[in-house]
Order: sequence, then C-alpha cells, then structure tokens
Amino acid sequence: MIEVISEARCIDCGICVDVCPTNVFDADEHAHPSIARQSDCQTCFLCEAHCPTDALFVSPLSGPAPEGSPLRDEESLAREGRFGEYRGWIGWGHGRTPGSRNDRNQVFTLRLRALRPPEPAAPGSTTAEKEGPRP
Amino acid sequence: MTGPERVRRSARRPVAVPPRVDVLVLGGGPAGTWAALAAAAEGATVALVDKGWCGTSGAAAAGGNNLWFVPPEGDARERAIDTRTREGGFLTDPGRMAAAMARTWDAVHELAAAGYPFPADQHGPGRYLGSLQGPEYMRLQRRRVRRAGVLVVDQSPATELLHDDDGAVVGAAGVHRQHGNAPWTIGAGAVVVATGGCAFLSGALGCNVDTGDGALMAAEVGAELSGMEFSNQYGTAPAFGAETKGLMYQFATYSRADGTELDIGGMGRPALQRAMVEGPVYARLDRAEPELHQKMRWSQPNFFLPFDKMGIDPFRERFGVRAVLEGTVRGTGGIAVPGEGCATTVPGLFAAGDAASREDITGGITGGGSHNGAWAISSGSWAGAAAARSAVGRRPVGTPRPAGRAGLRPATTARGEAAGVDAAGVVAAGVVAAVQSRVLPLELNRFRTGAGLRESLAVLDPLWEEVVDSLAPADRPGTHSRQAAAMVAHARWMYRAALARPESRAMHVRDDHPGTDPAQARRLRVWGLDEVTVAPASAREAVIAS
Ligand SMILES: Cc1cc2nc3c(=O)[nH]c(=O)nc-3n(C[C@H](O)[C@H](O)[C@H](O)COP(=O)(O)OP(=O)(O)OC[C@H]3O[C@@H](n4cnc5c(N)ncnc54)[C@H](O)[C@@H]3O)c2cc1C
Ligand code: SF4
Ligand code: SF4
Repeated sequence: MIEVISEARCIDCGICVDVCPTNVFDADEHAHPSIARQSDCQTCFLCEAHCPTDALFVSPLSGPAPEGSPLRDEESLAREGRFGEYRGWIGWGHGRTPGSRNDRNQVFTLRLRALRPPEPAAPGSTTAEKEGPRP
Repeated sequence: MTGPERVRRSARRPVAVPPRVDVLVLGGGPAGTWAALAAAAEGATVALVDKGWCGTSGAAAAGGNNLWFVPPEGDARERAIDTRTREGGFLTDPGRMAAAMARTWDAVHELAAAGYPFPADQHGPGRYLGSLQGPEYMRLQRRRVRRAGVLVVDQSPATELLHDDDGAVVGAAGVHRQHGNAPWTIGAGAVVVATGGCAFLSGALGCNVDTGDGALMAAEVGAELSGMEFSNQYGTAPAFGAETKGLMYQFATYSRADGTELDIGGMGRPALQRAMVEGPVYARLDRAEPELHQKMRWSQPNFFLPFDKMGIDPFRERFGVRAVLEGTVRGTGGIAVPGEGCATTVPGLFAAGDAASREDITGGITGGGSHNGAWAISSGSWAGAAAARSAVGRRPVGTPRPAGRAGLRPATTARGEAAGVDAAGVVAAGVVAAVQSRVLPLELNRFRTGAGLRESLAVLDPLWEEVVDSLAPADRPGTHSRQAAAMVAHARWMYRAALARPESRAMHVRDDHPGTDPAQARRLRVWGLDEVTVAPASAREAVIAS
C-alpha cells in the first residue's frame, strides 16, 4: 500500500490525485496531496510510475506497514534508493529508454507452452485436475 | 512548494459532460478504449467514462498482457483453435476464435504504428509484438482515444443504465467521485459496457476497480449472463502482498514450512491450491537458470519490484505464497454476447472485454495470459463499431428511466420507511466482508461441493434482500454501496450456475462430481437478480426465439 509522499520531492502537480485508479489521494489547496484513503489502495504501483519527481513510495505489503517499519521511513527508503524504482524499470522520465524495449516475455510464454501436459484426446475424457498451466 | 500562486489540483472542475452522444463507453481499460476507437472510426460521437483513470485503471494497466498472438501463416491458427477447444472444455466458438486472432494481429500492428515501444529488432530473431506492458500500453491507448476526439471522463463511475419505454438502453448515469459525487447523465444511441470483471475487492493486481458494476447494471435492464460457473480463478501471490502475475512461477519449486519439498511442477495450479488448503506453502524460483534472471526482470518488472522492496531474492530465498481470487477477471463468465458485434440480449446494449463472457474464445479455462487480452481488443473493436452503426438515428421511445436499484435506491427509502425499517441497516463494508467470507476461501469456491454451494447461497440470498432493502449510498466519495451490491449479485450468479453444473469441467471443480460429463458440454445462461434462474444456453435461445 501507498505509504509515503515525500514533502521534499513533491511539486504539487496533482498527477497522483488524477491517476490513482482507486482514488486514494485528496488534493489539498494548502499542502501536498494527502493519502486520504490508504485502505482503498490496491498496490498497483501506478502512482509511482506517473509521479514526475519520484516522490511516492508504495510498499509491497497488501496491508498498511506496521509502525516503525522501514517501509514507512522516508530517510531509510531514500538511502536504499527506493524512490522512483518502478519508473526506472519501465524507463519513464527524461532521457530514458522505455523498458518495454527489453521485454522478453516471448521466451517465457514459449517455454511454458513446451511444458504443457499432453492434451486429452476426446470430449469428456478430461478432468478438471488436469487443467493446464497458465500465466 | 506550497505558495498560493500555484493553480492547485483541487480548484479544477469536473469535465463537462454532453447531454447526448452516439456511443457511450463505460470503462477505459483495453476493451473500453478499443471500443471507443472503433466507434469514433465509424464517425460516431463518443464519450468514455471511467471509475478510475483511463490509462492506469483496470487489470491490464497494472498487470500487462501477453497476447493470443498467432501469425496468419500456415495452420498455426487452426492448431490454436483445436488446442483451446479441448482445453476450454468444448464450449468455444471456432468462428469467433478465428476472428479474435485476426483482429488482435491487426490491432497490435496498429499499436506498433502508433508508437508502442516494442522490443527492437537487434535483440532477437525478429520483432515480437505479442506482449504489451501495462503502463505503456494503457498510456498509449489513452492518447489514441483522445486524439480520436473521444471525450474521456475520469474518476466518474457509472452507477446505472437508462432505458426507454421499449426496454432499449438509451444512456447511463453516474457520479464524479472527486467532486462530491456530483451526478452526471449522458444519453446515448448505444452503450458499450466495458467495466471489467468482478474480483470481489480481493486486492489482486489492479483488480479492485473491477467489482462487476457493469454486469449488475446490465442485469437490471434484463441482460443475461453466461459462464458464471467459471468464475473461480485464483492468482498466486507472495503471502506478504497481492501481486498476482503468474508466468514466472513456471520456475518455482514449492515446499512446506519445514522445508519438505512438494511435488508440484511449476504452475500446477489445482495441485498447488489443494496444498494451500492443507497448510502454508512456500516458493522459490530456483528453476530459472541464472542467465534468464535479467530477462525475467525486464519482461515483468512489476513481478520483481515487490521482492526488491522487501529485500527478498526470489531466486534464492523461499517466500510464502497464497491464492488471491481473481473471480471473473481471469475467469470467463460475464454478460452474454450472442449477437453480432457483441450485442447483448438487450437492444442498445453491447458488452466487451472481461465484462462479457469469454467462453467463445477460451471456454471454461482462464483466458489470462493470452486469450483475455486478445478478447478485450477484439470484442472492444467489434462492440464499438456495431454500437456506432446501431446508434444512427436511434432516439429513446418515451422518457428515459434510470434502472438502478440495489445499493443505489434502497427499497425502504423508496417506501418512505413506512415499515419502520432502519434505512442504514447494512453498510457497504459489512456487505463486502460477508460476500468475501463466502467467495474468497479456496475450500468454498475453488473446490466446490453441492452442500457448500447451498450453504453459501443460504447466506447470500438473504444478504441480497437486505441490500435491496436498505443499502444506501454513503457520503464517502465513490460508489461503494453499488460495488457491494454488484459483488453480492455476482456471488449468487456464480454459485447458482455452479450448482446447475454437477460435474467438473475446466476451472469449475465439484469435489462431489469429480468427473467430466460429456452430456454437459454446453453453456449455462444465468439471469435475474431477486430471482436467479439458470438454463442451458440452447434451451434459452429457443425460448427467446419463440
Ligand atoms: C495480474 C493479471 C495479469 C494478466 N495478464 C494477462 C496476460 O498476460 N494476457 C492476457 O491475455 N490477459 C491477462 N490478464 C487479463 C487482462 O488483463 C484482462 O482480460 C483485460 O484487462 C480486460 O480488459 P477490460 O478492459 O475488459 O477490463 P479492465 O482492464 O479491468 O478495465 C476495466 C475498466 O473499467 C473501469 N470501470 C469499472 N467499473 C466501472 C464503472 N462502474 N464505471 C466506469 N468505469 C468502470 C475500471 O476503472 C477499468 O478502467 C491479466 C489479468 C491480471 C489481473
Ligand atoms: S504526482 Fe508526485 S509530484 Fe505530483 S503531486 Fe503527486 S506526489 Fe507530488
Ligand atoms: S499504488 Fe495504485 S492504488 Fe495505491 S495509491 Fe498508488 S495508484 Fe493508487
């Protein structure tokens, strides 16, 4: 779930308020956006992807990070290089190459197909337990 | 940076919506955006409304899509149809499968022309266009839709359809949730429902916007559903989170807490899920050769991001895994679209993507990982074009009426609380928790029995009555009460259909009927809200035709 808006990095562009699919943030006329409804956060990391200044940190936990957790501590997160991490991978931001240029999903879908169990021969001879693997 | 000179976000107004368009698209994921593009290409005026933000919202934006991307050469497509026909439990439609492959192939080339940054040539044997990374794909779709002149209305969930005296759909209404839930109404010659599936707010990656709103709205105007028994798809996620991308688990070995290895190969889902019912399961991606690691990361950066943030090396360290319900998102049930261009059984109403049944192209097994993304593209394109054509010159007969009921207009309030029932009797969060307690557990939903299904329905049926009676919109931004109502409706459709299929077929597993019965190789239609009815599709078509 979203844990941190860095006061130092945020430029109040409002993009996170606009783009969050579950409407977690509230705009504030006198301060940075606030995390108004953390419990609605679906941990999709897309606010991180769209924030132009790498000011947001979404913890990977599906619930709120416990008190005292480094996942809530801006300083420690900054030290570990945790701001803007997703944006780096997808290559968004000035002068970067889109990460999708390095997409090799084909390798893994092909490999998976090769691993498929043999198919049942006739209608009705299958049981659900033989259901093939799928991504 | 808090100076008053800055024009702050909260000062912005909601987008002004037009009173009427030719085609109104509900939902701005892949299906909705492809529908809007196709409708605009036919010359229609188009508005697209999204609960969230077109570009980040929905399963594809967060998860990305490997596509059913089969070249036209040779017999590749015929073989793909054969394979899926068998795997899907003999419920597919070969004509639509072929059409979906053809449309997807063309659409992906349109994306390439529009500038999607596909892998460059020098990296491989050729330019591979079969994988779309979510943020990039949906950001581009947003741009394309806006360039095509479509009015995009974000953060504005639709809550209900409008219908006329002939029972045709003639528009929709909803709220601007970032502006005090200010209401909006848009009249339309045709409406495309592309609101995604229903994942029951399980937290599965990108799926909490997918609460089944569209199917509820459609059912309220009389639309039928199909394949609702195939609604129990679960994704695998690290226990600490909810990242349900599955492809990389092909490299997993699984074990118990004490380190005992489980004999479950890669992504062997039913076996893995049976093991999870028995006790905690741990995974490690130790079957991936080290030279693959970097490729894996570049292919699915958001699969690895949570591990990096946790400081876990998933190739070397064990991590707990759990099953997260994805419901009809990676299941296949949804609004029945038997008509040309994904027309539903209601005039003026079209459905596309995960909101629609995907049995045509994937049968009863999940279409996640290839078919669903292809279906979103193709069904969206077909529905948008057909909606535009059908909208020409269509006008409502009589006065359009809003059709929404459960979670929107509680019956007790409508009755003026004359009966003395407390209108605030149920709250959305309580309803959600009650539904989740019946649909999330693997032992209730993944592995079904007649007795268990009946027991769940004994909870869900009265819950529906309570919702109809007294669940009212709260003063929270958004449409939480409506979402809760849609989830109860889905749970009841799902389990009624599951009871009506006393066999195991594809993802639908009945532990009291483990075999597959060739006589049941037919689809089931479901309809109704207060009274839910299930019948074989063929019998149903015959009734409608007569
Ligand atoms: C983790 C994950 C990985 C996946 N990977 C693959 C894959 O590799 N290959 C594949 O083929 N498929 C995959 N799928 C499935 C694929 O993503 C979906 O089939 C696809 O996103 C469906 O598109 P859609 O537009 O119908 O729905 P979505 O993408 O879910 O979009 C639905 C949209 O409707 C909006 N909406 C919802 N309710 C309302 C309302 N009331 N009013 C207005 N708007 C509303 C939502 O905000 C959202 O924008 C995956 C799914 C998941 C969850
Ligand atoms: S997107 Fe980033 S910079 Fe913009 S308001 Fe949000 S946190 Fe601040
Ligand atoms: S992670 Fe997703 S849901 Fe959570 S705040 Fe960011 S954009 Fe919103």
